[in-house]
Amino acid sequence: MADAVRLYTRYIGASLRAQMQYRASFIMNALGHLAITAGEFLSLAALFGRFGNIDGWTLPEVALFYGLVSCAFALCEGVARGFDDFSRTIRNGDFDRLLVRPRSTLLQVAGQELQLLRVGRFLQGLAVLIWSAATLGIAWTLPRILLVLGAVLGGVCLFYGLFVLQATLCFWTVQSLEVMNTLTYGGVETAQFPVTVYRAWFRNIFIYVVPLACVTYFPALAILDRADALGSPTWFQWLAPLVGVGFMALAPQVWHFGVRHYRSTGS
Amino acid sequence: MPAVVVQDLVKTFRVAERRPGLLGAMKGLFHREYHTVRALDGVGFSLQPGELVGYIGPNGAGKSTTVKVLAGILVPDSGRCEVLGQVPWQERVRHVRNIGVVFGQRTQLWWDLPVIESFDLLRDIYAVPQVQYAATRDELVALLGLGPLLDTPVRQLSLGQRMRCDIVASLLHRPALLFLDEPTIGLDAVSKLAVRDFLLRLQREQGVTTILTTHDMDDIEALCTRVILINHGSIAFDGTLEALRGRVTQERYLTVEFADGGAWRDEPDVTVVRSNGQRYTLSFDPRQIAAADLIARIAARYPVRDLLVENPPIETIIARLYDEDQP
Repeated sequence: MADAVRLYTRYIGASLRAQMQYRASFIMNALGHLAITAGEFLSLAALFGRFGNIDGWTLPEVALFYGLVSCAFALCEGVARGFDDFSRTIRNGDFDRLLVRPRSTLLQVAGQELQLLRVGRFLQGLAVLIWSAATLGIAWTLPRILLVLGAVLGGVCLFYGLFVLQATLCFWTVQSLEVMNTLTYGGVETAQFPVTVYRAWFRNIFIYVVPLACVTYFPALAILDRADALGSPTWFQWLAPLVGVGFMALAPQVWHFGVRHYRSTGS
Repeated sequence: MPAVVVQDLVKTFRVAERRPGLLGAMKGLFHREYHTVRALDGVGFSLQPGELVGYIGPNGAGKSTTVKVLAGILVPDSGRCEVLGQVPWQERVRHVRNIGVVFGQRTQLWWDLPVIESFDLLRDIYAVPQVQYAATRDELVALLGLGPLLDTPVRQLSLGQRMRCDIVASLLHRPALLFLDEPTIGLDAVSKLAVRDFLLRLQREQGVTTILTTHDMDDIEALCTRVILINHGSIAFDGTLEALRGRVTQERYLTVEFADGGAWRDEPDVTVVRSNGQRYTLSFDPRQIAAADLIARIAARYPVRDLLVENPPIETIIARLYDEDQP
């Protein structure tokens, strides 16, 4: 295990040094990323400027959701790049190369790339989060700080699990990834709002199937000290981010099933 | 004990039928028909430690499927296979510690990093002790003359330089068995010779068992005493290069260049394979007419400037064998 962690850091180091070969392009890309996501938030703000509130939620409150999910997704896109880009690994035949190395395939794909330019989106999400907390006058007690960190980390885990599932699908087909994009990118869009604004069936998907609500909606309620219209108990709101960790823990089982399929069919 | 034993290896793939045209493609979205392809249909051979074997065959014959099974990438449908005493597809991680693989078309080096960093990463991936690693690396780097390239990013290397680095990369953990898939494809003549020289030394001095798949028959002639030919998923030939020539053909080529004014007339016992201006390549069977008699006859009847007797190129032999083996 310690050896695996050491190798992972070696992989990441190599990836970072490789990206530093293109310093100018990195800076331009990260700034571009920041500008695009900032524009995204401004259009959200414009929406609230027109309607005042949505279903009883104000802009600073929704900004908390937005900040949590943006930070989590940006971090995850940065570290899960190898899985996000896995269809290319399959198409190039590079997965064969991973199979002839004496290391777990998950570790090798995970270590393929740490994409630094996602730092743009992360900083923007963090800025929105800080603005939201300041506007709402949230008292930053230690438990609250831990809950914010937990929600972001739980979100990273959840998205990471989704990226591993998306990559696993590539063992069968490299053509049907749009389905997964509706869960990842679509999930980010969805989780920017409290789940109560959606119809029940749609809401339930993001609570029970792809439990994004557990890393945004429920912990956000606890941070805002607001009662849940859906009736969840406060203790659950504090522990909900763990669901994201559990979701990620399931992904390796599915992955190994996919690897077995690949090795028997050689797709 | 043999290094590699393969018996009755069978591997089938299910391939989706592609229907022609736009309508066919639309139908294929909803309902696919499959047919089965027997990529390996009872392949069997064994290799002694230290052998360097050429594994050849036309595209789609089952070459790379065999290599993938031996390398532990693919699990076959049935058959027996032991590589260095282990079944490749069981305990993949333990198996691949003992093998090295070079895919000629794809590099295993980190594209944007200096060569030396890729080597260092491979040391960590294979957990090679530092002292052993440094000794192996320095020896290989010296043999292939790569010293000046170590700090160059891989993307700036020429194809020949990159291939030599890739070969070093595949040997850093001192594998007992090496797979080389098209290691000279696209290389310039000098690099090809350097790679061939190195592989010969590797086999002679270190006794690394090597399986070489290639379309370059010069590779085979330069490197391999033994050739295994696969076609339609089964072994069509397994033996020495000379036996392979003898099995297909006894024919020899005589190339004649005439002085000005010499024009070819039909001669008995020979056929013209090709002609280019005053230069004719004639094929003959030494059992019907000895080379010396044929040369004497031609020299007597034509104004000859130059003469050369040679074996038909191995490509011709292989092509003929592929044809012969058509079902």
